[in-house]
Amino acid sequence: MSHSPMLASLSRHKLTVGLLVLQVAFTCAIVCNVASIVGHRLAQMNLASGVSENELTMIQSISVDESANQLAKHDADLAALRAIPGVTSVAAVDSLPFSGNNWSNGIPLVPDGPSITSATAYSGTPSAMHTLGLRLVAGRAFQPDEYIPLDAPHDSIGLNHVASTIITRALATKLFPGQDPLGKVIYPGEGPVRIVGVVDALLRPTLDESESAGFVTLFPMLPDATDIIYVMRSSPRDRERVLKDAQRVLAALDTNRVLRKPQTFSQMRDDYFRRDRTMISLLLAAALGLLLVTAAGIAGLASFWVQQRQRSIGIRRAVGATRQDILRYFQTENLVIMGGGVMLGIVLAYALNVLLMDHYALQRLPWFYAPMAAGALCLLGQMAVLGPALRASTVPPVVATRG
Amino acid sequence: MLGYYATTAISSLRRSKALAALMVLVIGLGIGASMTMITIFHVLSGDPLPGRSDHLYAPVIDVRPLERERGESAEPNGDFTWPDAMNLLRANRADRQTAMSGGAVPVRPMQGGALPFYETGRYVTSDFFAMFDVPFASGGGWTRDDDGNRARVVVLNTDLARKLFGEASPIGKTVRLKNTDFRVIGVLANWHPQPQFYAQINGRAFGKPDEFFLPLQTAQGLGMDFNGRMSCWDGDGDARTSNHCVWLQYWVQLDSTSKAAAYRQYLADYWRDQQSHGRMRRPAQPQLYPLMSWLEHQHAIPDDLRLQLSLSLGFLGVCMLNVVGLLLATFLRRGGEISVRRALGARRWDIFLQLGVEACVIGFAGGALGLCIAFLGLWSVRQRPDGYAQLAQMDPSMLLGTFALAMVASVAAGLLPAWRACRIPPALQLKTQ
Repeated sequence: MSHSPMLASLSRHKLTVGLLVLQVAFTCAIVCNVASIVGHRLAQMNLASGVSENELTMIQSISVDESANQLAKHDADLAALRAIPGVTSVAAVDSLPFSGNNWSNGIPLVPDGPSITSATAYSGTPSAMHTLGLRLVAGRAFQPDEYIPLDAPHDSIGLNHVASTIITRALATKLFPGQDPLGKVIYPGEGPVRIVGVVDALLRPTLDESESAGFVTLFPMLPDATDIIYVMRSSPRDRERVLKDAQRVLAALDTNRVLRKPQTFSQMRDDYFRRDRTMISLLLAAALGLLLVTAAGIAGLASFWVQQRQRSIGIRRAVGATRQDILRYFQTENLVIMGGGVMLGIVLAYALNVLLMDHYALQRLPWFYAPMAAGALCLLGQMAVLGPALRASTVPPVVATRG
Repeated sequence: MLGYYATTAISSLRRSKALAALMVLVIGLGIGASMTMITIFHVLSGDPLPGRSDHLYAPVIDVRPLERERGESAEPNGDFTWPDAMNLLRANRADRQTAMSGGAVPVRPMQGGALPFYETGRYVTSDFFAMFDVPFASGGGWTRDDDGNRARVVVLNTDLARKLFGEASPIGKTVRLKNTDFRVIGVLANWHPQPQFYAQINGRAFGKPDEFFLPLQTAQGLGMDFNGRMSCWDGDGDARTSNHCVWLQYWVQLDSTSKAAAYRQYLADYWRDQQSHGRMRRPAQPQLYPLMSWLEHQHAIPDDLRLQLSLSLGFLGVCMLNVVGLLLATFLRRGGEISVRRALGARRWDIFLQLGVEACVIGFAGGALGLCIAFLGLWSVRQRPDGYAQLAQMDPSMLLGTFALAMVASVAAGLLPAWRACRIPPALQLKTQ
């Protein structure tokens, strides 16, 4: 009842109110989707890699001499690296999470059967699991006699002869939901490979948009390509020195090689997500800008209306309305406009989401984003209108007699 | 009269400073953000080879097996197998043609003792340089005979030549790539087309140029490492020369549309001929993309940037809605003034013009602010580590464009409120005052 004059007053400003509702709706739609994109990217950035990130440093070595026995060279390099003060463990691996160098195989459960999913294959020297700090949650580690060469020069055919594997918990759940994966057999190559252990988590070298970020198989294969990554584990504060020493030691052992990307694991992770960080800061800036512009618009219009209605406010006060009533009037009016705006906005948010999913392979908008953005916008509206509404409530009744 | 309106506009804006400042700020933010992104787009979607791109085509054939894989894309990625690329090269049906792949090799520095370093370049065939109008600082490319003879020759780009030989002329000198000596026969004059249109289009299409070029057959013969994407279907034997692994890029130059049509026909004939040998079992539908459509088709501009552009345009839209609302409010507030003018004989058109000029003044100020914000935005883009970052520069046409956009946007924003305000009836408003 007390709101009917408000509706009448709003209907006299159809155009202005309509514009405000539209603006709130678009803001709501864009902010919802921006929040969802930011949320998704943040979730990816916060995925645990599964390795002891703050203790690892890496250096890539590429031998120019292909005829040499690479395994022997790697052993010599590893021995020299292990002697660096502060290094507690070293290993040679073919790839790492975030390194970008991904070797994946389809994983069938029967010979020549259909692949359940594809999984990254990592191989490394026997010390790799300990060096990386992988956490075995079931089964056992590889035994020394299980290791065979990867045979990289011949299309990595070691995969066809390897007998055992350790897989991640994520892959185990995908392949054998609700079952014990230990002792089960998979066929990533031509022959059967028995699962002997499960590690807690390990990410793939590249992350994509799907659920498969943690689908990894570890094989007891010695990397024998000319291109190898040495991983050194040390206490976090020794990392920079260890990297310098490692470069010096490796360069002294053999000059016929290229040393690339000496870096800590944290640096590699930072590099991998650099673009996402830029994108996130841009998106946040845009969303913040939108909210500020909308809030400023609401406050501007509200204060304009308060000025315009000075006389009618005075009259209302004169016939008995309290300051509270005036305050509440402007707050309710704002809520009505914002409510209309966010309702339209939620519809637009889903429409925009469908459009974005078509064009940019984005995720579906999680359901709770829309009500959250709607609530936030209504709150923002209330904050924006508070100043003008308080000013309105101080209009003295005597204004009614002027004119 | 317009001058007078401009003066009254400024004085009336002075009266409501806060609101005017808010409108200028909002237009400035909207214009600044969208102009930053539009400028980046304008720069990145430029023609890498002006004048020649119309005659350059990327042919696409589909050598994938008949049975479709789960999740495979509808169209092939455009890469070629070694046998197909060699067949097309030998057939020599286009005005010029070249096959290529990316390469990464250890380069041994001339000074003794230093460790070798990795450099990325391209393995190409002889027509490459003439086709893409590659500028030479000295020397030149190689001949078709050199291709066939697997000649050990190399063309260096400016940076690598300077890194290896300093200011001395490298022509005729020897450079050791991996384990093989190559004779330098040409040095390019700092050639780096943006994007690197001829390569596989990936996240690195903008940025670092190729530093060396050597004959594809030579590189293949020596087993030098290639760099890039390779997709295979059945596993067996030497993957690089097999007819079920695609990894090469192929380009043709066709100087007229009739030649392009004839070449497409030739590709279809080639496809059917291969089918008669039991290969390429999918329906023969060869594609021939002109260079610019190829870049668009391959999404040379990163998706993140497209998203940022859409976002900035959405932002501009909301800013404009905001300004329309605020202008409407300020105009209607002056209902009394407008009524008086109308009562004194001003036509609706006069009111409309006066208010339109006021909107323009705000637009002008907003445009100026927007330009500053766009410069700031582009500067911040140049600080990004992406390959395209250094290209983010304002050029004169974009400078004019910014201003035009600001004016158009603010006039458009002023139209509706001005129209609404000029319909205020003269007498009624006077009565209520």
